[in-house]
Amino acid sequence: MKKSNNIFKKIANKAYEYGFVSNIKTDIIEQGLNESVVRLISKKKNEPEWLLEYRLQAYRHWLTLEMPQWAHLNIPEIDYQAISYYADPLKKKEKQNKEIDPELMKTFDKLGIPLEERLALTNTAVDAVMDSVSVKTTFKEELKEKGIIFCSMSEAIQEYPDLVRKYLGTVVNYRDNFFAALNSAVFSDGSFVYIPKGVRCPMELSTYFRINAANTGQFERTLIVADDNSYVSYLEGCTAPMRDENQLHAAIVEIIVCENAEVKYSTVQNWYPGDSEGKGGVYNFVTKRGDCRGNNSKLSWTQVETGSAITWKYPSCILRGDNSQGEFYSVAVTNNYQQADTGTKMIHLGRNTRSTIISKGISAGKSQNSYRGLVRVSKNADNARNYSQCDSLLLGSKCGAHTFPYMDIHNDSAIIEHEATTSKISEDQLFYCNQRGIGTEEAIGLIVNGYAKEVLNKLPMEFAIEAQKLLSVTLEGSVG
Amino acid sequence: MSNEKEYIEIFEQHRNIIEENCAPLLNEKRTAAFEKFKASGFPTRNDEAYRRSDVGKQFQTNYGMNLRRIDMKSNANDLFMCDVPNLKARPEYILNDSYIPTQQATADHTSGVFIGSLNEYARSNSDAIAPYYNALAQKGDSIVQFNTAFVQDGACIVIPKGVEITETIQLVTLLHSNIDILNNRRLLIVLHENAKANILLCDHASNEHTTMSTQVTEIYLGKGASLNLYELEDTDKNNSRLAHLFVQQESDSQFNHSNITLTNGFTRNAINVTLIGSGAHANLTGLAICDKEQHTANNTVIEHVASNCTSNELYKYILDEKSTGVFNGKIHIHPDAQHTASQQTNRNLCLTDCARMYAQPQLEIYADDIKCSHGSTVGQLDENALFYMQQRGIPKNEARNLLMFAFAGEVIENIDIDALRDRLHILIEKRFRGELNKCKGCSLCKK
Repeated sequence: MKKSNNIFKKIANKAYEYGFVSNIKTDIIEQGLNESVVRLISKKKNEPEWLLEYRLQAYRHWLTLEMPQWAHLNIPEIDYQAISYYADPLKKKEKQNKEIDPELMKTFDKLGIPLEERLALTNTAVDAVMDSVSVKTTFKEELKEKGIIFCSMSEAIQEYPDLVRKYLGTVVNYRDNFFAALNSAVFSDGSFVYIPKGVRCPMELSTYFRINAANTGQFERTLIVADDNSYVSYLEGCTAPMRDENQLHAAIVEIIVCENAEVKYSTVQNWYPGDSEGKGGVYNFVTKRGDCRGNNSKLSWTQVETGSAITWKYPSCILRGDNSQGEFYSVAVTNNYQQADTGTKMIHLGRNTRSTIISKGISAGKSQNSYRGLVRVSKNADNARNYSQCDSLLLGSKCGAHTFPYMDIHNDSAIIEHEATTSKISEDQLFYCNQRGIGTEEAIGLIVNGYAKEVLNKLPMEFAIEAQKLLSVTLEGSVG
Repeated sequence: MSNEKEYIEIFEQHRNIIEENCAPLLNEKRTAAFEKFKASGFPTRNDEAYRRSDVGKQFQTNYGMNLRRIDMKSNANDLFMCDVPNLKARPEYILNDSYIPTQQATADHTSGVFIGSLNEYARSNSDAIAPYYNALAQKGDSIVQFNTAFVQDGACIVIPKGVEITETIQLVTLLHSNIDILNNRRLLIVLHENAKANILLCDHASNEHTTMSTQVTEIYLGKGASLNLYELEDTDKNNSRLAHLFVQQESDSQFNHSNITLTNGFTRNAINVTLIGSGAHANLTGLAICDKEQHTANNTVIEHVASNCTSNELYKYILDEKSTGVFNGKIHIHPDAQHTASQQTNRNLCLTDCARMYAQPQLEIYADDIKCSHGSTVGQLDENALFYMQQRGIPKNEARNLLMFAFAGEVIENIDIDALRDRLHILIEKRFRGELNKCKGCSLCKK
């Protein structure tokens, strides 16, 4: 106990530790967005004609849309012409040599993500993405032996165009929303995962996203396909340098889960949240959705959201197959001037579908933290079952915690339960800890970690430790 | 925009007719309200608050409006069929949107109590209600503005400081006309310091024609005032009701509200309670029993502005056939509202796979030292309980009714007036059994 408290304390004294900038020569295209930029990105990535056409369609559709205003967020106006939509940290020459800039290697080492396989401590394959380009994917060969495809999206488009074409945009259509259209037009890199029939992925797959270049946006695109009877656990982590300007991150994650397959998707989101005055930080506008197409399929989302100035994110499950299951476990922490509007959508379409939503919000400082969720049971989704629990914890009198659940029920055999509570850490709990010689700050760390435990337990081990540390860092200085 | 256009033209062309019969207080609020309505038009399904209640569609019927205040020549006693026995009440009647003067004296000049026509009171005692009329409603949505622009009459209840009215004030709204009619009613209820009252509002229809009502109610509760307000809607499928209730509570006041929807066509009740004085308590309950294509929506907003206030909400829906239930409940806790305790519960029974329930409980919290929770469930009658009762010789239908009756009972128990509670028990039981006179073979009970 004492040891772990020391860890908390040590970490609590640190500010955002991933805020450094790496000095890497980066090929950045000019700021602004128009058709020729979309064509340029496509050309740089040497994409087939159909993909360019898809991008252009999305771009043209995006032009007709307006920025959505419904979220409980105060989003400053974003100048989409002041962003550069493509930044490539791999210089051309080195690309040919297939060698990575040592500075780049150092960056990822500093982030705790060793890109050399011999250095990897854990049984985890990593795809490292910096700005718009995937830098390296580890353990590719080992995975290939089992028929698992784990590579960057750009590579997948070159090597497995048929697979990509078959699945891309089938879960999140470019017409889905404003940011989905934008992403579909300019998406750069991300991961592509294909788990063949009957294969249980032997290691955790992980993608690490890093924004480095200034005035750029990151538009990653991830596609995971789990074929019949397969299993995969996928992790995602993200960081960005400290800058006074806001940076945009608009991603799409699509997951397809076939019959009897299971996908576990975990995120520790730690984008730069801005300073204590609310200056800078990443705008995180993400569309994540999984389609449980097959019968008996299962998709589980776990997220720990500690970063970003603004988070706008609703990982969702479409429970199409009979007996399919969706899960959503979330801890969202906001401090200082951070704003988060996050939650999930559970769309029950098949029979005997089940979903669980556990959401824990923690707000401190002057932040605003909202849960927004939808549970829809369609007419044919007999015996659908949902349980939702949304708890909010308030640390400080200037923050806000909000809950906006939607329940649309069109079936008489559905059983839907929703519960939400909001409270602060009670004096009694703190007093109890104080009595036993635990300082107030430590006690809060302890109580918060206990409060979030239900969700943290769902994370793979290494991530759980990182997430626990993160919780303490994010709440640093919020006691009082 | 075509529907709005029609009403905008009507207002512009007939403004003098509307104003001719009305008190200056009512008339002086019209211009601002009309401009707001003109700018925004009727709400559409793109408006979050109306997402599940398509109000624009309700205005598509070509309604008539009684702008010239023509006396409908109906005897209230003939039309009124739903008496509450043993209720010590003084019934007052509103026909469509006109207050019907009764023989008994309603204005008690010595105590200062007034129960009667809003238009009359606004003429004779304009100063007494000028600070209240439209003070809360001016911030309302476009339906409220529409009402303010067109309204000509309604009821007004003023209870002065310290006066306690023991007998229940029963205000019966009768909907009856020879044409499809649009009514704009207005109610103003002011309870001054430490005043107490029980008010029962009943909506009844005896109509073959389509009726549409907008009703705006403003309630002001002074320090320590206490009001029990019961609303019962028992109309028919041709009836649409868009009701807006605004309540403002000062310190230590008590507001207890029950909204029972038994039979209706399209109903949307918007309830907005603002607690501006510390120690105030609001208790909102609601019950909707729907079948056929009934649509019942309750949109509640409780604004906790002051500290140390409490609020409690309980809404229940029983949905059969192709009916739709909408519950949208928001608790908004302002930054200074420390030590608030607020609870919201919404429970729904869906009986067929065509019935639809949209529930949206919301919390918006800006203060930290509070306790706040909401819970919402959608489900069916418990199969085990049904089986248990059948095992003991209770027929399935009867067991079903018993369970539904128990489900509804929790809301009815909240009613403080014994006579009314007993009456509602009977009405609800009859509703389930299909014996209600207007029920005409309601399907809830045929199974």
